[in-house]
Amino acid sequence: MTGAAAHVPPAPPPAAAARRHRHLLDFEGWTAEEVVSLLETADVMAQVLTRPVKRVPALQGYTVATLFFEESTRTRLSFERAARAQSADVISFAAGSSSLKKGESVRDTLRTIEQLQADLYVVRHPSAGVPHQIARWTDRAVVNAGDGRHAHPTQALLDAYTLRAALTEAGLPPQDRARPFAGRRLTIVGDIEHSRVARSNAELFTLLGGEVVLCGPAALLPRELGRLPGVHLTTDLDEAASGADALMALRIQRERLGPRRLTSLAEYVARYQLRERHLALAKPHAFVMHPGPLNRDVEVATELADGPRSLVERQVASGVPVRMAVLYALLVGRS
Amino acid sequence: MPETANLVLKSKIMSAAEFERALKRIAHEVIERNKGAGDVALVGIHTRGVPLAERLAGLIERFEGSRPPVGKLDITLYRDDLTEISLQPIVRRTEVDFDVHGAKIVLVDDVLYTGRTARAALDAIIDMGRPAAIQYAVMVDRGHRELPIRADYVGKNVPTSRSEIVHVRLREVDGEDGVELWERAA
Repeated sequence: MTGAAAHVPPAPPPAAAARRHRHLLDFEGWTAEEVVSLLETADVMAQVLTRPVKRVPALQGYTVATLFFEESTRTRLSFERAARAQSADVISFAAGSSSLKKGESVRDTLRTIEQLQADLYVVRHPSAGVPHQIARWTDRAVVNAGDGRHAHPTQALLDAYTLRAALTEAGLPPQDRARPFAGRRLTIVGDIEHSRVARSNAELFTLLGGEVVLCGPAALLPRELGRLPGVHLTTDLDEAASGADALMALRIQRERLGPRRLTSLAEYVARYQLRERHLALAKPHAFVMHPGPLNRDVEVATELADGPRSLVERQVASGVPVRMAVLYALLVGRS
Repeated sequence: MPETANLVLKSKIMSAAEFERALKRIAHEVIERNKGAGDVALVGIHTRGVPLAERLAGLIERFEGSRPPVGKLDITLYRDDLTEISLQPIVRRTEVDFDVHGAKIVLVDDVLYTGRTARAALDAIIDMGRPAAIQYAVMVDRGHRELPIRADYVGKNVPTSRSEIVHVRLREVDGEDGVELWERAA
């Protein structure tokens, strides 16, 4: 043995980190490194979901409560599957079937739920800021599953996860681990003003080094989003599609298309429906995305949504592993 | 890192040559016990079990003419202390690209201590399928078992106190093979 080399003391395992975040409400305060770690954990969780036994004991002993003050069966089921796939117990609360309809406040509901001793709340609410408020009222972890038009961070995470994997499979893996979208452009088309998906994706995609183009009718394109670094606004879909790595259409809610906003649905479809023509303007490998549920042939042409470049089904499939990673990240290491 | 502070080297337990001889003996024992290495597959437990498993596979290939498949196992999601710890372990990929069903799996790790890692590894393997057998190979058995676990192949048995640290050094990671005993200074 050579003396010098032999006297290097054994290093402790580098594989543990102090958990910095109690909650996932939006991406404020999150670093690119922390987000990339979540995506890498999600890679491992996806692997678990391909095995004969699609469950690990990691969260055994923990309880996750889903508190949905606004209905969303798909998101709620995805979170509950993510909790059970790690052996956590699940408590499910949906406003439609509760005393909220009888006038109970969010705070009173929370007081009741607190007695059930969950460790983490997954909160969806039609008003922006409610998950933040709940995070101030409780000492449990809180995950925002969509609040008003403010944020939907796990949707943005699963979009980033899906696009990162699709680019890697297309022979375009990230050049820089912590900035996987450096040199990449995501174009989001639709009712940007009312979309928490657009806001969270703009926040996350730029954090991970990419550029975001937000496109829609002027009345639905809030000026203040254009001031964020790396975010551009345009009302011209051809311009927005040019050079994009991914084109994401948002669901149009017909009730938001009125005389004060747009002349008609027909006009929206004519100017902003994603079609083959737009994909042809984008980069050769460009992908088509949609957070679902989609209005076929309204915001996106059916041949695009079902076409070979569509990631729509993969986005849905990514929901469970990404949410598994979020639950793991917020629960383990809390003591 | 606080854990590296105040560590003192107490003794060298195995030299590079002793290490190599022990590894060769384990390779022969695996072949003998399984009557060849035809159904054998090696699974290294992250982190140091992985290069050890690769080394064993190379030796088995040398002795038998064919190389057994090697997998990497991360047991983090199977740890029994995830509700208690204050640091969050990073979850790494498990890479077991062969069918574990019907295989004779040899789990490989550097040190056997409480037995909790082996317990987690057994559960993780069984969730991938139903192997014909699972065996367990370690370079050092240092005692202090907290579970009814024992190794089938042991490089060296080393009596230790709980304040000591057994450091298995590998040429792939540390530039040189060997086993050292370190202790926290009082």
